[in-house]
Amino acid sequence: MAFLELKGVTKKFDRTTVVSSFSLEAGEGEFISFLGGSGCGKTTTLRMIAGFETPTTGSIRIDGVEVVEVPPNRRGVGMVFQNYALFPNMTAAQNIGFGLRVSGKTPDEIRERVRHLLVMIHMEGFESRYPHQMSGGQQQRVALARALAIQPRVLLLDEPLSALDAGIRVRLREEIRSIQRQLGITTIYVTHDQEEALSLSDRVVVMREGRIAQVGTPFEIYNRPASAFVASFVGSLNVLDAEVVDPAAGTLSVEGQQIAAAAALAQATGQPVRVSLRPEMISLTNGRPDSNRLAGTVKTIVFLGSIVRIFLRLDGGELFLDTFNNPHLSLPGVGEHVSVWFPKEACLVGSEGENA
Amino acid sequence: MKRRRIAAWLWITLGCLYFFLPLAATFLFSLRAKKGVLSLAAYTHVLSDPQFLRTFTFSLEMAVLTILAGLALIVPTAIWVHLKIPRARTLIETFALLPFVIPPIVLVFGLIRTYSRPPLPIVSSPVLLIAGYVVLSFPYIFRSVDSGLRAINLRILTEAAQSLGASWWTTLFRVVLPNLRAALLSAAFLTFSIVIGELTLAVMLAWPAFGPYMAQVGRNFAYEPAALSVVSFLLTWGMIGLMQALSRSLGGPRSVVGGTH
Repeated sequence: MAFLELKGVTKKFDRTTVVSSFSLEAGEGEFISFLGGSGCGKTTTLRMIAGFETPTTGSIRIDGVEVVEVPPNRRGVGMVFQNYALFPNMTAAQNIGFGLRVSGKTPDEIRERVRHLLVMIHMEGFESRYPHQMSGGQQQRVALARALAIQPRVLLLDEPLSALDAGIRVRLREEIRSIQRQLGITTIYVTHDQEEALSLSDRVVVMREGRIAQVGTPFEIYNRPASAFVASFVGSLNVLDAEVVDPAAGTLSVEGQQIAAAAALAQATGQPVRVSLRPEMISLTNGRPDSNRLAGTVKTIVFLGSIVRIFLRLDGGELFLDTFNNPHLSLPGVGEHVSVWFPKEACLVGSEGENA
Repeated sequence: MKRRRIAAWLWITLGCLYFFLPLAATFLFSLRAKKGVLSLAAYTHVLSDPQFLRTFTFSLEMAVLTILAGLALIVPTAIWVHLKIPRARTLIETFALLPFVIPPIVLVFGLIRTYSRPPLPIVSSPVLLIAGYVVLSFPYIFRSVDSGLRAINLRILTEAAQSLGASWWTTLFRVVLPNLRAALLSAAFLTFSIVIGELTLAVMLAWPAFGPYMAQVGRNFAYEPAALSVVSFLLTWGMIGLMQALSRSLGGPRSVVGGTH
């Protein structure tokens, strides 16, 4: 049974619909990320779960109980904010113990729990530091401990790492996930960073213009995107203009060269379509006999550390492919005419103008 | 770099001279009550006058009550505006300018006309004087509190407190107000200074306040007004220092604003 359940949640500000018919079921202990660009409604949805915004219509249930009318301070939902939001007038220990003090726990209980949480976030010895005496990463650790101190039923994280340096971001996100697993707490994590969403979550909700574009495991979202939008939002993507040649056979013409999709096409012969291709699915060597082939000229080669990105010029368009870097890699020269191969199932075909 | 530093010190020196020179001149003048010698005769005269203590105590009481009433009225309003109706801030700011535009004499006549008859005949009550003082200090209190609220990211802090189970009162008293300490203190200082020296309202509403007393001494004596100025200056700063010491003893970090970087 779903532990956190959102059903037909819609939020309008004046006449603007920010979240539209949002429905989701999260199991107990599940880690779900809301992924999307700015203004897609992910933070508003999170704030509705927290109780800071009231849905215009729809229901939100936690453990089977409707909470739309319950004020935020009685929802038992812990929240971690983008800008840490530690209380500047309190030390780390007082910040962590705040929720416990409010709920009337004894000083001994508070001290013990704060000590336990400081150990959990690897910040023993920081109890008397004020927020302005800590780094951003340390403040966010304390903010996490503060949210966990009240033993919330649901933990909400609103882009908690976006204000931190890249190195700290990776380390802290691993810690967040490990603590979440350890406590088995249902967690909703809002982010615009696809890498964060894919690496942390049990499931990812990709959002666009207040609606769910796709819900799935990171593997599903990346490998079987439901639309060109999801495909372009998660990972890098080539989008090529094409024309349907034979819908039944799934064949298409790209810049005068024929390729085939894995399944039959819904579009009619001659209809212009868009073909999306992941760069890592394209190879300079022919792996399988039924692979598609496209010919082009090498435009530039860019080294990205572990990956080498090769840009090709086709007749009218452009295509890039990624290949793993290794010291023995033999790369074509710029201006060289080459062929590239990709499997049929790598082709995601959508009608022109369709983006969702 | 060096030239810039010299220029900075030059401006600071000029600023100090502008501020302290008249004070020093007043002080020196106040010591000349007896011909040919420097003496504290003017001070003895002023301090031995029972009117001095009476009027100063009265204004002190009025100042404390004005600070309490002003903060009680304006702080929740400013918080509410910041949280719920941020668009109304411009409107409140415009209101806050009114005491500068409407002279106190106009204000006091308005107050007398309105409150000398039913339904609220309170013209002889100190409540009206305090209400008038609150109006006069409204711009200062609002601006101090407003800038304090902008510095602490009020919305996020209140939401954080609420998500941890805190009620509105707990959020206000344990999170918001302690983080507004600097702003509240500055509002209190400004209000205190305004009320202690205020003349028009006190004269027109016929209250034995310190402002009218100073004016009266100024009309009747030569050296005593200077002595009175120095004494009132010291007393005002003494009171402000006391308020600061009191608030510091209530605890919290030294650096209140900007702790969320």
